[in-house]
Amino acid sequence: MDRLLFLLATGLARGAIFALFALSLVLIWRAARVVNFAQGAMAVVATYVAFAVTGLTGSYWIGLASALVAGGLMGLIVERGVMRFASHASPLSGVIIAIGVVMVLQSLLGIAFGPNARPMEAPFPETPIVLGGVPVLSPYDLFVLVVAIGLMGLLALIFTRTSLGLQLRASAFAPEVSRLLGVRVARMVTAGWVLASAVGALAALLLVPTELGLNPHSADMLFVSAFTVAVVGGLDSPPGALVGGLVVGVLISLVTGYLGATVAPIAVLGLLVAVLLVRPGGLFAATEARTA
Amino acid sequence: MSARTQTPRPQTPRTAGPLTTSIRAARPGASARRPTSRLLATALVLTLVAIGATFLLDPYRNYQFALIAATFCATAGLTLLIGLTGQLSLGHAALMAAGGYGYALAANALTDAGVDGVPRFVVSLAAAAAASALLGLLLGLAAARLKGPYLSGVTLVLVIALPAFTAVFSGVFRGDQGVQIAYDGVPPALRTLIAVEQWQAWVAILVAAAVVTWLAVLRNGPAGLRMRAVRDDETSARLQGVRAGRVKVLAFTASSIAAGAGGAVLCFVTQSVSPGAYTLAFSLLLVVAVVIGGLGSLLGAFLGSIVIVLLPWVIQTATGALDLSADAAQRLTGNLPVLVFGVLLIVVTAAWPGGIRAALPKRLRTKRMPRRGAPPMQTSTVAAAEPATVTPTAAPRHPDPEPRTSPAAEPIPTTTER
Repeated sequence: MDRLLFLLATGLARGAIFALFALSLVLIWRAARVVNFAQGAMAVVATYVAFAVTGLTGSYWIGLASALVAGGLMGLIVERGVMRFASHASPLSGVIIAIGVVMVLQSLLGIAFGPNARPMEAPFPETPIVLGGVPVLSPYDLFVLVVAIGLMGLLALIFTRTSLGLQLRASAFAPEVSRLLGVRVARMVTAGWVLASAVGALAALLLVPTELGLNPHSADMLFVSAFTVAVVGGLDSPPGALVGGLVVGVLISLVTGYLGATVAPIAVLGLLVAVLLVRPGGLFAATEARTA
Repeated sequence: MSARTQTPRPQTPRTAGPLTTSIRAARPGASARRPTSRLLATALVLTLVAIGATFLLDPYRNYQFALIAATFCATAGLTLLIGLTGQLSLGHAALMAAGGYGYALAANALTDAGVDGVPRFVVSLAAAAAASALLGLLLGLAAARLKGPYLSGVTLVLVIALPAFTAVFSGVFRGDQGVQIAYDGVPPALRTLIAVEQWQAWVAILVAAAVVTWLAVLRNGPAGLRMRAVRDDETSARLQGVRAGRVKVLAFTASSIAAGAGGAVLCFVTQSVSPGAYTLAFSLLLVVAVVIGGLGSLLGAFLGSIVIVLLPWVIQTATGALDLSADAAQRLTGNLPVLVFGVLLIVVTAAWPGGIRAALPKRLRTKRMPRRGAPPMQTSTVAAAEPATVTPTAAPRHPDPEPRTSPAAEPIPTTTER
């Protein structure tokens, strides 16, 4: 029972990270109708920047801020530099270009830093707090939960309460009309990419201290889990990403705790296939229009 | 393809013209048979040329030739899947692994039973095809319901979960170590004539020839026509009586069998199969080969296979000559090819969607099959995208509202044909 409680709590913290990363996928999907397969690699680049900055200044918080900036910059560079050349006639070309970006970024990181994992310090202790004799959450997990929930609230505010958010939503749902009404749709798409990449970078930065360390492939599994989350929640739905993230986080935590870490990818695959077979558009997707 | 690109489009009324031609053309008749025989003749000549070429190569080159042939099996299947049905699979390495494991397990069982030589190879190859077909069928059943990025994601997760599968069922798959098989030497009759590398190259060439010829026949026949119809406009294809789901499952299964044959040949050549050989990186390399060769083109898949097998070796040789420190050299040899492939992938997709194939002289590109009045748009929807979207000033950032014109012109098989 203690173990179950502990696994559930860790799963929630892990799930919050998945939800954040899935949210970044959802933001880009809504803005540009592309699943950004390069999100993981872009986030790892930003995490390396944070790692370097933290090493130079000694401050985790300056590193965190630099990761956000670097993530946003990566979004800008990737969107303006390559993704805009993807043909919109076919959904495939965006995916293929994103895969090219993954290969370029990971190989550049590999050349620059080598394949070895670098341990990354968490700003708070990672030993669980014991509550009434039961080990529950570590202070770091708590920090992760607070940051993730805070950031999601902030994003919700941006999207529903600000003019920028209104323009972002408008250009995602009705680009033609928005353009006629004076919204600079291309700029809004870029803004969506910048915002999403910064969120993704933060998610990777939060995850890495709980893993083995930082290497060019650190975010591969994060991307896979977050993609599953986004699909479970429906690629169009930010609340879906939140719920899906918690579900997948708890599932992976339970499977890892009871069956071993090697089984976790199989559980993810099983969940992904099961959800897609039952509802090909995800659990939270709006009803799809009939095609025939 | 999302719902928004599909639903609002008014169906172009189909005139009597293309419909009647398609009925006439789709009816199996004398006109359909000749190209197949010509295709078989071409395949035979090319195979003989390839086998003859092995006499000119030294053993290491023959080994590389065998690798290229094995890769070609998988890329040929993948290029047809992407080019003909628009399903992007990122997990073909997992399907190759299924073939490899099927081959290795069957070969070991047969060795224990006292069977060896050619019968062992043929039966094991059949087992490899069956294993990959089964996995491909399961994936295809899922794929038929999925669109665009969803399918790519599922196949991506599959290839990432592959080491987990081999670890969990380590009793059968032997975990990270993989399965080793007995050495298969040159048959006694040929032993004085050729070395073992050349024999392996022969086997690889023969398997690749059989697989690719089968795929080419499939592509040129009514099944290929239905796949293109589903790719270009699933709704109108279904209105014409094409069972879209079934067509997609068939395409995925056929593609998996090709990949499985490739995995079996790789297992035959290297005498082992392990999850370390079928990583995500390798899976993405297959996509690279297909994209830079030109989507939907078998010749392009062959050229792409040459590039992905030889370029890492060229780069390794080059960095070896550069006199770097051991650490730097190791980093470069591992990563430089991936960097080059990534850049190639981006540049080709963005600026040069036809791939190598589109750059070849026209004579090589003309199809062996007459196209029956259809525009020559074999090379997938990626290639069909108008170049206007490539210019930086192209403002629209949303799916093109213009209906694509090709499906109406493509003859779509009617119910009379089935």
